[in-house]
Amino acid sequence: MAGTTQKRWTSGQTKSRRGTEDPWYIRWTLVAIAALFAGVFLVLPLANVFGQALAKGWQAAFGSLTDPDTIAATKLTALATLISVPLNTFFGVAAAWLIAKFEFRGKAILTTLIDLPFSVSPVVTGLVYVLLFGLRGYFGPWLDRHDIQIIFAVPGIVLATIFVTFPFVARELIPLMQAQGSDQEQAALTLGATGWQTFWHVTLPSIKWGLLYGVILCTARAVGEFGAVSVVSGHITGITDTLPLRIEKLDKEYNSVAAFSIAGLLAVLALLTLGLKTWLEHRQQRELDLAQTSSDSPDEH
Amino acid sequence: MSIELRNISKRFGDVAAVQNVSFKVAEGELVALLGPSGGGKTTVLRMIAGLEQPTEGDILIRGQRVNDVSVQKRNIGFVFQGYALFKTMSVADNIAFGLKIKKWPKAEIDDRVAELLKLFGLDGLGKRFPHQLSGGQRQRVAIARSLAPKPSVLLLDEPFGAVDAKIRQELRDWLVHLHDELSVTTVFVTHDQEEAMEVSNRIVIFSRGNLEQIGAPRQVYEQPSNEFVARFIGVLNVLELRVENGVARLNELTFPSHGVAEGSSLRIGFRPYAVQISPQLSEYRYRATLRHVYFLGVQLRLELETPSGLTLRTRITKDEFVRLGLTEDQEISFQIREYRVLSRDGFTLNPEVSAVHQAPSIGEGI
Repeated sequence: MAGTTQKRWTSGQTKSRRGTEDPWYIRWTLVAIAALFAGVFLVLPLANVFGQALAKGWQAAFGSLTDPDTIAATKLTALATLISVPLNTFFGVAAAWLIAKFEFRGKAILTTLIDLPFSVSPVVTGLVYVLLFGLRGYFGPWLDRHDIQIIFAVPGIVLATIFVTFPFVARELIPLMQAQGSDQEQAALTLGATGWQTFWHVTLPSIKWGLLYGVILCTARAVGEFGAVSVVSGHITGITDTLPLRIEKLDKEYNSVAAFSIAGLLAVLALLTLGLKTWLEHRQQRELDLAQTSSDSPDEH
Repeated sequence: MSIELRNISKRFGDVAAVQNVSFKVAEGELVALLGPSGGGKTTVLRMIAGLEQPTEGDILIRGQRVNDVSVQKRNIGFVFQGYALFKTMSVADNIAFGLKIKKWPKAEIDDRVAELLKLFGLDGLGKRFPHQLSGGQRQRVAIARSLAPKPSVLLLDEPFGAVDAKIRQELRDWLVHLHDELSVTTVFVTHDQEEAMEVSNRIVIFSRGNLEQIGAPRQVYEQPSNEFVARFIGVLNVLELRVENGVARLNELTFPSHGVAEGSSLRIGFRPYAVQISPQLSEYRYRATLRHVYFLGVQLRLELETPSGLTLRTRITKDEFVRLGLTEDQEISFQIREYRVLSRDGFTLNPEVSAVHQAPSIGEGI
């Protein structure tokens, strides 16, 4: 019965959309503008990346990827990603849970703080870390005395990556969890489940697609981050160069095949992410729809 | 199992949601918590469940104080207003959830789930997901899930709120039968007085966090303890009278003064069934026009308008309506058979209200 109502509603919506249709020439002009824009600004550069990388053949391209310094950069990027993504996943789930399911003072401030990395320029982020942990920073002398190096070393790169990718998972989960409310969790409690059992069996399954989506976006950003990492890295070849930094360096050395080969690698990763993201968006939309259909307020009937 | 609330109060910040409420629910009883929205009834239910903590007072289940017992350990079944089914689980998994948590052996879980599916008329739906069910089915799954671990108390928050009128009626009957069969102590919240009257053994009436009255459906209807209850349970005609020359009067309607001083006010109320009407204009004391007739099925609701413009509500069976040969806008005569004094001189009476005063019929004079 619910199915038919849903269908009727959908067909009604399609009709009304047709009712506000514009004349054909307007539509085609808009389509042409959009296609031209996408072609010039998105497809052309992407094609150029692969074109440049393969300018001297497949072997040259692959050869440049197996260069020891490039491999070191790949490892560093992987390390920073593998540390920052799980941490931010954990933090994101915890923060979203807190914001969506509880009322407390300072909730608005916390929500704003989560967005901070989105609004601050990555370069500023990098500089903040330099000011805190650099030799002449607040904690610099103390760190130096204890022989701990953060800036111009791997810890700084990891820290900067964590900061920049901080909001992705939380941002994705907050609206989803808010839409789902806490009724299901309370039901689990009345059935004897502990907090952890409730989270594992009830909360997590109902947010899994949204969570995966957030993790994918977080990973993409962690792999591709340039600005903040560039400031704290120090650009020591083979030690503190991440893949994006390596690309810049190779480009400055006029080694365009190597630079574009790595760029191509990142582009492939990006395309994969995009594909996954589209698929997940679809799954997540269903999750959200489900959350809304079964939290129907009885007062509406 | 029996439930007892002793002097329970609950405050959310500065808002007092429940104020000094005490009542008992006997073992095996089916009790309705009734009241308008924001009356505190859901808060009371959630405190019994352990989902909220009372600010003051004690909650006892089978004589044991359970204030410090967590919701998980109270062994209650709770049915939420929107059902709160686990959307990512099938119907069978929903019902089995509490049993898995309590580590029942697999074979016993399967048996119990099959038994409940059958008992609740959900045979063959075990593999479906909540979004593939109708409202009535979801509601039954929610109740089955809450009953699966054999709770000692079943608590339902507006259980029939989210389904349409026809299914609601079926579900009410079904809940009564289920309760007869399982005889588990059951408390449910509703804002629908008809539902409370029909389903429960006893009704607890709340208004703005206070317990107004507790009693059997018939008792609260016939002997409301105050004006709020009288108006909330069923329809009540209320008249504000003024005492002049020893007679309480509102326009052409006159009543005895009931000892109220000259020039003071007197408020009375009467049920629709207390108003008797006749097409013979000479039969009863007062005249009125039959302004509106609402068909409710077996019963009709009538709205009378007196010559001075007062509106009174009355009820009559369909057969009676036909027998009297009534039509809309017809002139009729009427009398008020009995009424209650609600307040004198602006002072609200409580227990006295239940004293019924027979209205003098024609010829007696005042």
